[in-house]
Amino acid sequence: MKKIHIILLVFIAGAIALLISLLNTGSTYDTITEAKAKPGKFVHVAVRRDTTMSVEYDQLKDPNYLSFHAVAVDTSKEKMRVVYRGGPIENLMISERLILKGKYNGDHFECQEVQSKCPSKYKENMKPQPNKSAGQPTEKSTETSSATNSEAN
Amino acid sequence: MDYIGEHLLPGQLGQFFIALSLVASLVATFSYFKSAQSKNNADASHWKKLARYAFFTEVISILAIFSILFYIIHGHLFEYKYAWQHSSRSLEFKYMLACFWEGQEGSFLLWSIWHCVLGLILIKTSKKWEAPVMTVVSLAQFCLATMIAGIYIFGWKMGSNPFILLRDSGVLDNAPMLHINGDVNLGLRQDFLLSIKDGNDLNPLLQNYWMVIHPPVLFLGFASTIVPFAFVVAGLWKKQYGEWTKQGLPWALFSAAVLGVGIMMGAMWAYESLTFGGYWAWDPVENASLVPWLVLISGIHTLLIYKHTGYSLRATNLFFILSFGFILYSTFLTRTGVLGDTSVHAFTGEGSNLLIHLLSFMAIFLLPAFILFFNRYREIPTIRKEESSSSREFWMFIGSLVFFLSALVIIGKTSLPVFNLIFGTKLAPPENAEYSYNQIHVFVAIIIALLTAVAQYLKYKETNSKYFLKKIVGPTVIAAIAASLILAFGKVNYEKEGIGFMAAIWIAVACSVYTIVANAAYIWLGIKGKLKLSGGSISHVGFGMVLLGILISSSKKEVLSNNINGIPAPLDKSENPGENLTLVKGLTVDMDKYSLTYDGDSAHPKKQLSYYKVRFKSKNGKEEFVLTPNSFVNYKGNEGLMSNPDARHYWNHDIFTYITSISNPDKKGDTISIKPNKMNLGDSLFYSSGFIILQEVKKSTDSLPVDLFGKDGSLHEARLKVHSKTGSVYSIAPKLAVAKGEVLALPDTVIAESLILQLQKVNPDNSIVLGVKESNSIMDYITIKAYKFPFIALLWAGVIITAIGITISMVRRIQLNRKSGAES
Repeated sequence: MKKIHIILLVFIAGAIALLISLLNTGSTYDTITEAKAKPGKFVHVAVRRDTTMSVEYDQLKDPNYLSFHAVAVDTSKEKMRVVYRGGPIENLMISERLILKGKYNGDHFECQEVQSKCPSKYKENMKPQPNKSAGQPTEKSTETSSATNSEAN
Repeated sequence: MDYIGEHLLPGQLGQFFIALSLVASLVATFSYFKSAQSKNNADASHWKKLARYAFFTEVISILAIFSILFYIIHGHLFEYKYAWQHSSRSLEFKYMLACFWEGQEGSFLLWSIWHCVLGLILIKTSKKWEAPVMTVVSLAQFCLATMIAGIYIFGWKMGSNPFILLRDSGVLDNAPMLHINGDVNLGLRQDFLLSIKDGNDLNPLLQNYWMVIHPPVLFLGFASTIVPFAFVVAGLWKKQYGEWTKQGLPWALFSAAVLGVGIMMGAMWAYESLTFGGYWAWDPVENASLVPWLVLISGIHTLLIYKHTGYSLRATNLFFILSFGFILYSTFLTRTGVLGDTSVHAFTGEGSNLLIHLLSFMAIFLLPAFILFFNRYREIPTIRKEESSSSREFWMFIGSLVFFLSALVIIGKTSLPVFNLIFGTKLAPPENAEYSYNQIHVFVAIIIALLTAVAQYLKYKETNSKYFLKKIVGPTVIAAIAASLILAFGKVNYEKEGIGFMAAIWIAVACSVYTIVANAAYIWLGIKGKLKLSGGSISHVGFGMVLLGILISSSKKEVLSNNINGIPAPLDKSENPGENLTLVKGLTVDMDKYSLTYDGDSAHPKKQLSYYKVRFKSKNGKEEFVLTPNSFVNYKGNEGLMSNPDARHYWNHDIFTYITSISNPDKKGDTISIKPNKMNLGDSLFYSSGFIILQEVKKSTDSLPVDLFGKDGSLHEARLKVHSKTGSVYSIAPKLAVAKGEVLALPDTVIAESLILQLQKVNPDNSIVLGVKESNSIMDYITIKAYKFPFIALLWAGVIITAIGITISMVRRIQLNRKSGAES
């Protein structure tokens, strides 16, 4: 059964390759606290932008240098400064959640790649924008958002 | 309570048709099942008749649902959540369809519509297979109908209804101004709808013609994979294991062509209109649609083996079951949000309800199919004798296996979040995620390309080695020469991942050239130029072009906007130069072979969309062109940009650019006041129409008149050169005096440039703070990224040729079936 042998070999080799590539990724999803605990290790960290701090970006000085502050999405409220040398990050200002890929080194997180959620077919980006002219002089029309965010998540 | 301005009739009609569709598809499933199970013909045809009526009713219901929903969107009936959420009054007509399938419900509906079309064709053509095959299709229709049902069963919400009213959807619950007395605990105001003037609009990035055509094609591809699956199930069920293959093959070919084109349309959309910097990134969403296609291609090849030799029927059964199975699994992955943080695509969906729903969807189809398959596995005819290793079928089978294995690797890696979910681990993709796919798939490409080149020259059953060598030597020599030339002069240098990987790429390039040449040659050498028979060869040529296009365009992709020449950026040597380049309006900057000038912007008349004109001028003076990437600026009050790239196409490469940042509109007013800027010696500083270089800082303490400066007085002088974009250079020297304990700035001006410079501070290290005031001009600049993609056209052409080849094969198979049907 020569053919069966070959098939089996191919499959076993493939299965091994798959297992290795699957389990030996060398990276994990961590929190800010965990990332700080293992400096120099490549990790994925889910964060929010710390809106109380400003974003440092001056395209005239260096269009690739961007620095901002991140706050943990978990309850720890841990914060860190993030340096990204790839220029502006799409949706940085509006993104609810950023996945930072990189290494923590001493005083800041050196970020190699940022994944901000791109607008997609299935994104529920709902903000009712009622029109002020509808005879509603007193209410704050700007604060009507986030109604469905809880439902969507 | 009646609310003012609501149109309830369309929604009620829609609800009715959803209910009708649920019932009709269930009746159709049951009746087709009974018909397929019936022992006597009269019974069978009786049930079949009933089933057909039920299926026609189903088709009418689905079309009615589609029309009503379209009517709601087109009529801007924002009392319906779907219209409010996905459309707006300003939406152009062509995007009305796009917003139709932007939502979950609409995309399931689209899928359902294609099943209706396919079902009608099956009813007309599949003859004795109609009952079992349509049982499967009708069951799928029922499952899809539950997806849009939105009904509660024991507190479990099944599906999500496209006709839900805005006021029932929960969206308005926290909007006090729409409630009675502004209290969210009270009901909605009777006239709340008058306040909803416009919808949420279609996401601006989706307002793109690709969004109109890509989803329907992709969903036709998705939907059509059910047909080969249904034929397999029918064959297993009726214990007529090989018979379905005649009818199944053209369907499988159809599915492969449409799904393949659909996937690549998505790739082209990503390339042309999104700013992902490429057409393929091994994103889970892309992978999830590729995997079923790979398995489908494996199935087609094993099916061809079966038709010619009798081998591989079992594998064919398995591949077609899995191909549809992976479609369901992909839907599960991409819709339920289980992918979470691994994908750039945002998926929220309906949470755990949808998770359970889609899992049961998978179970309903895959469990019976696999139980049938494994129970009857032994009965599926096969040939005991081993294939000869000089036979075509042997190598085709190996190729199919490699394709299948590649699919397993991809879906395994993509399923990492599922693995984490089940085992509670926190594994993340590796640091270099793309490379982790590429390093495996470059070898898949090598093996597949080699097999695709050679296998056609082998004959089924056994090949005479003399015959084989005689035929193959010509194409091999030509391919070897062509590949050597490409590698010698094409500069396919991809050293980023080491020499080993580059060698693998070189081999893969050579093999794909071999595929193209050998298959093109086979059209004459093997089948004497008969177009009818050449479907396989043509599609293989196309596939070779796809491979070659992918290899060259990815490995030779160049970043043009490397920040080396342009605006000086303080880079350490260890750092890669960044990919962003800032262009100040009117100021020419060097970039690769071009000098770039940002000419200015213009705005879209209706939308918050700005177009930025970037003039490319080649340094040899031979060409000059303007690219106009655009960007939605602060769309809907959301701070930030949503950019669409622009590209210039050449026969052998594309120049591709998009906006990553613009000058902050808020800052524009600031230049009226004096703006401090920190500068070191030799630094340059930009202003609206040029730049300033700090050349020297002088400090004098002696020889100052004591009566003016006092004893410890000092005078600093900064010597600066102002280079204006008109070419003029001005020398200017603002001063800073410390006199009698007081700091006094003595500004200097360049009147021609309306520029006032003020020396504000001098540090001990001779760095200074320079105040800049521009009286009436406004600094305007953009930051861009620019890439060069070589031979991308080869990839697109390859896709088209592959699809044409598959279509030729399909037409031929249909004709053969007709002929043999007429004879029998």
